[in-house]
Amino acid sequence: MKPHPHARILVGKVGLDGHDRGAKIVARALRDAGFEIIYTGLHQTPEMVVSTAVQEDVDAVALSILSGAHNYLFPKVLGLLREQGAHDVVLFGGGIIPEEDRARLLEQGVAEIFTPGTPIQKVVDFAHEKIVPLARKRRQAG
Amino acid sequence: MSTRKNSSPPEPATAKQRYRTQSGLPLKEVYTESDLAGSNPPREIGNSGEYPFTRGIHRTMYRGKPWTIRQFSGFGSAVDTNRRLRFLLEQGQHGLSTAFDLPTLMGRDSDDPLSRGEVGREGVAIDTLDDLETLFRDIPLEKISTSMTINAPAPVIFAMYLATARRQGAAWSTLRGTLQNDILKEYIAQKEWLFPPRPSLRLITDLVAFCCREVPKWNTISISGYHIREAGSTAVQELAFTLADGIGYVQSCLEAGLQVDEFTPRFSFFFNSHNDFFEEVAKLRAARRLWAVIMRERFGARDPRSWMLRAHVQTAGCSLTAQQPYVNVARTTLQALAAVFGGTQSLHTNSLDETYALPTEEAATLAVRTQQVIVHESGVSQVVDPLGGSYFVEDLTHRMEKEASRLIHTIDDMGGIVAAIERGFPQREIAEASYTYQREVDSGERIIVGVNRYQQSDDTPIPTLSIDPEVENDQLKRLEKIKSQRSQREVTRALDRVRRTARGTENLMPTFVEAVEAQVTLWEVCGTLREVFGSYQENPVF
Repeated sequence: MKPHPHARILVGKVGLDGHDRGAKIVARALRDAGFEIIYTGLHQTPEMVVSTAVQEDVDAVALSILSGAHNYLFPKVLGLLREQGAHDVVLFGGGIIPEEDRARLLEQGVAEIFTPGTPIQKVVDFAHEKIVPLARKRRQAG
Repeated sequence: MSTRKNSSPPEPATAKQRYRTQSGLPLKEVYTESDLAGSNPPREIGNSGEYPFTRGIHRTMYRGKPWTIRQFSGFGSAVDTNRRLRFLLEQGQHGLSTAFDLPTLMGRDSDDPLSRGEVGREGVAIDTLDDLETLFRDIPLEKISTSMTINAPAPVIFAMYLATARRQGAAWSTLRGTLQNDILKEYIAQKEWLFPPRPSLRLITDLVAFCCREVPKWNTISISGYHIREAGSTAVQELAFTLADGIGYVQSCLEAGLQVDEFTPRFSFFFNSHNDFFEEVAKLRAARRLWAVIMRERFGARDPRSWMLRAHVQTAGCSLTAQQPYVNVARTTLQALAAVFGGTQSLHTNSLDETYALPTEEAATLAVRTQQVIVHESGVSQVVDPLGGSYFVEDLTHRMEKEASRLIHTIDDMGGIVAAIERGFPQREIAEASYTYQREVDSGERIIVGVNRYQQSDDTPIPTLSIDPEVENDQLKRLEKIKSQRSQREVTRALDRVRRTARGTENLMPTFVEAVEAQVTLWEVCGTLREVFGSYQENPVF
């Protein structure tokens, strides 16, 4: 018997960027830490990612962006999540993202942006602290 | 500096420490003559410029000609990049190396919904022949060599290059340069594909056959381990999967009816140079020996140029750290030195700021200066293969060769590299290696300076380059204008011919040239091909 997952997290690659090393490492580490992972695969549009997120009723969406398109893609996904009524879904991510862009994205409502050199445990800790309580609340409400 | 504090003091090596290369090959404390006992030095090591080329492909190596400093660059619009390319030529650079933006690399036009936010970001945007012509305006294609890093849509971009040459009045037979055009490593590592592997290989063999007849000086494929390593493979896996890809291309071209010595002299290779100094040197030496044997013994090549593995090397982007980024200069220097000791023909050194963004001009200049210091100040280029004959380096070269051969045999047993890719074999091996590497870094077992040892809490931010978002709007306007001015009838006719030819077996290259000359866009051609060839979905492994 598998223990009940702590939360459901969608790990996604949006846009044309195929660099999936980081996304796959994060997906595997979160899975090993007891989270249920839905990995979208590559070349997803923001619409596709949000539609999967809503259908799968995930608690969080994690995007990996190494192409420099983060200033467009994060706000786009955030906006679509809100449009779909998924206000409480946590959006976080990582990639090659300069500090000033990171600060602006956090201000816009992205919960966290992890940049190169982040120990994976930090991502797992984040998921425990920020996503698990929310998942519990959502399940009680639902 | 005095305010900065090391958060973790150096620790003495413990008795438990294991000695091994980055790929996990065990290391002895000291190597002696007995370590060469199993090998046959005259046959395996030999002389530079002679089969099996362990010591280098040229007899005099860097005395004859130093390696080429080939820095890869480009961003923004074709006009901006053209200005940059002309500047580089005025500075005395002989070869150009162009970077395309992500939509172009994926065969998409700038007005495609998937291209939003990516136009001109990581390279130059090319939608039509007009863009490529602008990129090379006032640059005589007869006189320079051009390296184009493009894969899935390479035949179409190359058709634009040929059409540009024709408009300039440059004969195709004079054109020199390199297309990366290595689709197999896309399925394995970089993931920029358009079609399934088998039709992709047909596009490549069409291009190779076309170049044999029409563009004989062109380097048709740059078989790339670089991206395989960046995706997290070990050095051994990089070596094995790259050569397995090379075997795959040779086989496909033979099946398409070409003669081995007709096309293989125009294949070249592209490797990564990572942190483990001796392992990287050994990898390049082993690569040359393995390829020479594969070409002569397996494929019966008779032309010595077919046996020679010509290599471009780039230092490892994935080894750069965001923390204390200036330390990256030290890493890059060591990696570059390993590439030189490994006997590379050309080299790209990364800039210290590339974990943040594309490099600033200052950072890019420092990267070039690093190579100039090695070539002019260090003295290392004066003697051929200076590590040759070292008990350790020869033994390590031998072991890299053996380990890579084992993996290549596994792939052979699966039915070749395409079958292995379809089964997810290289992808799974790499995912496993990359996860192991990350865990070793996270646990501190693998020390990365500034990341898990000698951290500083007050890293001061470094300047980074930002790209003007207006580039995207300008490019969209340009494309709209061309679409409104061209003859729709010609577009339809050209695309019909592409479609018909794709369904048959004739060479597709002439149909691409005709299409781009009618200002058909990149995606109109690629999308038409996709209707015939289908698309590709991978089964992700992690």
